[in-house]
Amino acid sequence: MRGIRALVAAAVTCAGMAGALAQTQDESEREIERYRAMINDPMANPGYLAVDRGEVLWSQARGTKAVSLETCDLGEGPGKLEGAYARLPRYFADADRVMDLEQRLLWCMDKIQGLDTADVVRRRFSGPGRASDMEDLVAFIANKSNGLRIEPQSSHPREREMTAMGEAMFYRRAGVMDFSCATCHAEPGKRIRLQGLPDFSTPGKQAQETMGSWPTYRVSQSALRTMQHRLWDCFRQQRWPEPAYASDGLTALQMFLNVQAAGGEITVPSIKR
Amino acid sequence: MVSFPSHLVRAVALVACGLVLVVTPAATQDRPAADPARVDALIGAMFQRVSPEWRARTELDPTQRTCTDRRNQVSAAEADAIQARERASVVLPPDGNFLGDWRKGFQVANNGRGFQFSDPAGTVAGGNCYACHQMDPKEVSYGTLGPSLAGYGRDRNYDPELIRDVYIKIFNAQAVVACSNMPRFGSSKVLTIDQIKDVLAYLFDRQSPVNQP
Repeated sequence: MRGIRALVAAAVTCAGMAGALAQTQDESEREIERYRAMINDPMANPGYLAVDRGEVLWSQARGTKAVSLETCDLGEGPGKLEGAYARLPRYFADADRVMDLEQRLLWCMDKIQGLDTADVVRRRFSGPGRASDMEDLVAFIANKSNGLRIEPQSSHPREREMTAMGEAMFYRRAGVMDFSCATCHAEPGKRIRLQGLPDFSTPGKQAQETMGSWPTYRVSQSALRTMQHRLWDCFRQQRWPEPAYASDGLTALQMFLNVQAAGGEITVPSIKR
Repeated sequence: MVSFPSHLVRAVALVACGLVLVVTPAATQDRPAADPARVDALIGAMFQRVSPEWRARTELDPTQRTCTDRRNQVSAAEADAIQARERASVVLPPDGNFLGDWRKGFQVANNGRGFQFSDPAGTVAGGNCYACHQMDPKEVSYGTLGPSLAGYGRDRNYDPELIRDVYIKIFNAQAVVACSNMPRFGSSKVLTIDQIKDVLAYLFDRQSPVNQP
């Protein structure tokens, strides 16, 4: 944040008598765009370290059964990773549930590997000196859908129901500040401070670009983050309570957001502020 | 070309409009609306492990319920009901003085802490006005969800009649505009009466940076 503010401040100073309000605002947005372009270098994106760690975790024998995740079915058949992320969340008959990638991975860890998922969930978000298996695995698997389009699933009635419930959640106003997701994400071109806000109320480009660029490497957090973390942080800023990791409510929201983002190209891990 | 009596055309048009009004908020893009009881259960499960005080925040009060169900597009009658109910919760300053200290008002406007699950106990909450509004024209980091408030008092000739209205707006935005996006800062006890007075001074004091060019 301080970096952006310094850049913006510098730009405003350089512009001299910046004068008109609209001009200052355009200037701010141009500088933010320049900053985004500067950090958006795949060859220097530390998110790929998470992808590599995820690849190791995927093929490593772990848990009481000492087997890898390689027979885990993410919807495309056992062990098939290409395109799996583009079509998640989706309905899984063996679990009789709609699951997002995190929920499905936890299910596979439990059923196939006999792994202690409580420990995995405790380390759901990485921090200094604390890796997150989930962030690494999601980065690796999502990366296998690069170049593909977001394909929200709707053939099963439960998938359609989850999407509808996600939409209802998106518009639900609650908490001490009366915020819903729509309070910040239902109009194009809005900002919180200098942070641009994607509009998810209508399907199209903004939803596509957002959903197609998560998981992402967050420069400000020095960590790879998945949509689970983004939504967790949204609930925090919304002044709602902390949502349970890999809960069905977060899956429902992702279903709705992916419907708005249908057809968006996946390019991950991206890199963001 | 068959012609219809004009009163019939009007009646059909009215019914059609009524249908659009009813259908639009509930279901878009050919999706049937979710069963409200199932949505409540989904949200309940999401926050199963938080304390009862925190969980209570996900339950909707009558105003939140109407604004949620109508996606903020309320009828005139619903708007009247909301505004009357919210107006009843407004508490005016006991000393009759609406203006506090603009320097403290800046702190409130600039502070985005409070009521987040990451905040330590005892965190002093701010109003976070800058998240959504431009205020001091020299500050470049401001949001655009709400209108610009730069030059607010100066542009209104520091009208003392207006100050009371703005106090009510900050204390409870929905007493003024039903389903406003703005939090009901006073009624929700996010800000104290004194903090709201300080923010008013930030908007209305002649010395405040908000009113400088």
